[in-house]
Amino acid sequence: MVPYLVAAWILVASLAKIVFQLSRKVTSVVPESCLLILLGLGLGGIVLAIAKKAEYQLEPNMFFFFLLPPIVLDSGYFMPSRLFFDNIGAILTYAVIGTLWNSFTTGVSLWGMQQAGLMDKGVEAGLMDFLLFGSLISAVDPVAVLAVFEEVHVNETLFIIVFGESLLNDAVTVVLYKVFNSFVEMGPAHVQVTDYVKGVASFFLVSLGGTAIGLLFAFLLALITRFTKRVRIIEPLFVFLIAYIAYLTAEMVSLSSILAVTFCGICCKKYVEANISRKSRTTVKYTMKTLASSSETIIFMFLGISAVDTSKWAWDTALVLGTLLFILLFRAVGVVLQTWVLNHFRLIPLDRIDQVVMSYGGLRGAVAFALVILLDRDKVKAKDYFVATTIVVVFFTVIVQGLTIKPLVKWLKVKRSDHHKPTLNEELHEHAFDHILAAVEDVVGHHGYHYWRDKWEQFDKKYLSQLLMRKSAYRIKDEIWDVYYKLNIRDAISFVDQGGHVLSAAKLTLPSMPSRTSVSESSVTNLLRESGSGARLDLQVIDTVRCRRDKEDAVMHHVLRGSLYKPRRRYKASYSRHFISPDKQERQDKEIFQQNMKRRLETFKSTKHNICSSKSKARLKKDVRKKKKNDALNSELPNGKPHRSVTWQETAPVTMMVNSEEEESDSSETEKEDDEGIVFVARATDEILQGKKTSSTGCPSHWGSLDICPSPCIIPPSPTLAEKELPWKGDQDSLAVYISSETTKIVPVDMKKAWNQSISSLESIASPTGVETGPHGKKLASPVLEEEPQSASPTMPEQRTCFQFPNHVAKSGRSQSDSSPESIEQQELQPLMVPEDHTRMSPSAGPSNSRWLIQFNRPTRL
Amino acid sequence: MGSRASTLLRDEEIEEIKKETGFSHSQITRLYSRFTSLDKGENGTLSREDFQRIPELAINPLGDRIINAFFPEGEDQVNFRGFMRTLAHFRPIEDNEKSKDQNGPEPLNSRSNKLHFAFRLYDLDKDDKISRDELLQVLRMMVGVNISDEQLGSIADRTIQEADQDGDSAISFAEFVKVLEKVDVEQKMSIRFLH
Repeated sequence: MVPYLVAAWILVASLAKIVFQLSRKVTSVVPESCLLILLGLGLGGIVLAIAKKAEYQLEPNMFFFFLLPPIVLDSGYFMPSRLFFDNIGAILTYAVIGTLWNSFTTGVSLWGMQQAGLMDKGVEAGLMDFLLFGSLISAVDPVAVLAVFEEVHVNETLFIIVFGESLLNDAVTVVLYKVFNSFVEMGPAHVQVTDYVKGVASFFLVSLGGTAIGLLFAFLLALITRFTKRVRIIEPLFVFLIAYIAYLTAEMVSLSSILAVTFCGICCKKYVEANISRKSRTTVKYTMKTLASSSETIIFMFLGISAVDTSKWAWDTALVLGTLLFILLFRAVGVVLQTWVLNHFRLIPLDRIDQVVMSYGGLRGAVAFALVILLDRDKVKAKDYFVATTIVVVFFTVIVQGLTIKPLVKWLKVKRSDHHKPTLNEELHEHAFDHILAAVEDVVGHHGYHYWRDKWEQFDKKYLSQLLMRKSAYRIKDEIWDVYYKLNIRDAISFVDQGGHVLSAAKLTLPSMPSRTSVSESSVTNLLRESGSGARLDLQVIDTVRCRRDKEDAVMHHVLRGSLYKPRRRYKASYSRHFISPDKQERQDKEIFQQNMKRRLETFKSTKHNICSSKSKARLKKDVRKKKKNDALNSELPNGKPHRSVTWQETAPVTMMVNSEEEESDSSETEKEDDEGIVFVARATDEILQGKKTSSTGCPSHWGSLDICPSPCIIPPSPTLAEKELPWKGDQDSLAVYISSETTKIVPVDMKKAWNQSISSLESIASPTGVETGPHGKKLASPVLEEEPQSASPTMPEQRTCFQFPNHVAKSGRSQSDSSPESIEQQELQPLMVPEDHTRMSPSAGPSNSRWLIQFNRPTRL
Repeated sequence: MGSRASTLLRDEEIEEIKKETGFSHSQITRLYSRFTSLDKGENGTLSREDFQRIPELAINPLGDRIINAFFPEGEDQVNFRGFMRTLAHFRPIEDNEKSKDQNGPEPLNSRSNKLHFAFRLYDLDKDDKISRDELLQVLRMMVGVNISDEQLGSIADRTIQEADQDGDSAISFAEFVKVLEKVDVEQKMSIRFLH
């Protein structure tokens, strides 16, 4: 029954959200939190009318154990960390000093009011009771602030200060609440000096302890995600589980649980995001947002419902009005005083308007309500009065202030945040700015913020990141690159949207992925900042800047699903393998094998051309850049160049290992491969392909590594097939090819010979093709054309010029001086047929096949 | 130390620097003592070696570029005036400065001067354009060795393409300003000098 009710409530709340969002007009004026509270009031009224008694209310236990943690985790995890730490001084000041100030002044003033006889006689409360009440009523509430501010869009600094304060003041609130609560229970008379000292000490214990627990679990979480390579599916679970355990641990030992989760979220993010797969990232993000959003919805609705329960009310006008007045007044005074002090230390002072918004944005919410409900009626005689007052205060701040803050912000012309997509220029130049400032601080000899940030980044780079990040992730971590990558994906999508063909993997290939080419890790720069300089502040709103990636995933996915899934067609084959489910592995293997062979052949040819035209490489590059597609060329150029035999030797095994179970042989290389197949972030190679793969449903990790095949580095190999195909023709070739490949693999010397042979033969053939394509004018044309064939399709031989497969066909046909479909067919089948002949390389024995190959490759390596 | 420094600095000199850079008296004397402590040759000027002796600068990827920015064209010594003039770029813009600018020369710490300082770090050949090669050099410094040359190349191309408006495949200062128009340069290119 209870679970059913819970589910029903969540459903009601979610449906309500839909209804609210239906009318844009209402939601643009009235914050959703207000609507939810009103809905709660309505529902509570109905329940009350039917059942004659208030059935439901916000239970403190439910609130603290289930509703609050997701919201706090969400805010911590998606906290724009750079912004947060840039303003940490101000945030801490407001959170600690401000909250202390508010609690004491409010409590003392209320007590003064009571002493002056302004309150009802029923309010039996002493100074301690009022201080207790002051402590719970004065804390700015993260849930309410988030709910209201996310719709207001004030500038980032202002937002982070108010929001950061609301999160960090939890420690102060908890301590004050507990201390005063115990004082009240002990009775004011028995409180001794040592108790005050204990109270102060416990503040440090609670806040620092909570933070420490958060950091500890963040460390643990990052470390765990480092080793989840093979259990991708439960990666997201770890994030939630560990954060929740952090929360519970802190709660258990009476430390600040909010601080624990907040810091856990802030600190783990960088490493976790680097470690987990892209899909897991998306999962984490959406799950977190879903949980937080539904928690928030329920909290506000239940606040409304709880307010109906008049049995717990005891109204005193003076107390209510006094509280409202004092919290507004003292918050304003506190903000002004603190800002005045802070502005002496701030680079950019907070001006009057900021102060007004900060004062007015001090919303109270469910935390206060839950805390007041928790009071013990026997000890705190005036509990009913406090409950009523708290409800009024919460309602007033959320509804009245929530409603008016938007017009106020508009009227005051508060600097709004502008969400714009981060551009490469901004990212790059801002990094440069950071370095410049750090350097200038060094010159001036004043160790300021930038100095320490620089130090921290170096520490992080040297130790933390190495410890907490996967090797592959660590190596490819670079924000500039990341932004570049994202932008490119966006471009690719718009390219597709405009009807462009993204058929050849090679065309869209970007420079090869970093890890492959990177050698050492001694980068001087370490770029700590989280990606995306345009920090997204609306922590709850999913569909803004950051989600681009996910949207792109979706788009990719649909594009793929819709048009590209036809495995047998040559021109689609390069993608199709990612879609084939493991049970089709057999056929898959064939295809991959064929493709690899083909690709090698083609790249080999193109390499030839590239070398020919390498003189004009620089110019070429420039030209090519303009057309994105041609990027492929660039990546191919340099990678192809490092000469054949070398590349062949190291790459061939990699290719083969893909299917094999050899993963276990964890040479760092293998691990890298596997990882990269999945952690697409910086996989530079043909983004498109990758994007697709990512979005494609559930391809197991080893499929991921297949992705490596298209990467340029691998292409050079297979001299054997190439070599033989050219000189000989048709069917005969296949056999010949096979034999040679066989021999080469077994006997490196032979291979070399064959290889040389192949080069010469290719050369002879390649030059004619080059001439033929030459008429296109640009030099780059020929390499590009050469490249295409990799994924070429025999089906459309006509369109040679437009980067289509036909080139390949034409070419291969040409090279074989036999362009009839059959021969092509045969050619395709070569690798397949060949194995059958020899019974060893039967493609149907997928994994074993590859293993076999590896075995034969190893020698060559040696 | 501070008092010794201020005695070495003539009052009229301080006044001039104050006028030119906007630093306060105490900031100037503080920076002067820093200047003299950097000045190992004790000849009233700093050489490149003096800067290079600062340990943190050695590990700053843009360190050498920034050191160069302190030196006027073609010279290898910088005096205190020049030193202060460069540092003045990083003085935060104060409220009262925003209003009064129209008349008189543009203060050194204006947005455009801050940007120009950054721009000059890229623009090695001083042709008021960041060419692809110049950009590539800076990129190479900043991203370390994790990223291959081709990738850097494509990043550079992309960056230029993004900023380039007149199609000359280089970033002019106007274009540089344009791409950063949404960035809070005033804040991101300022440090707090102690008073």
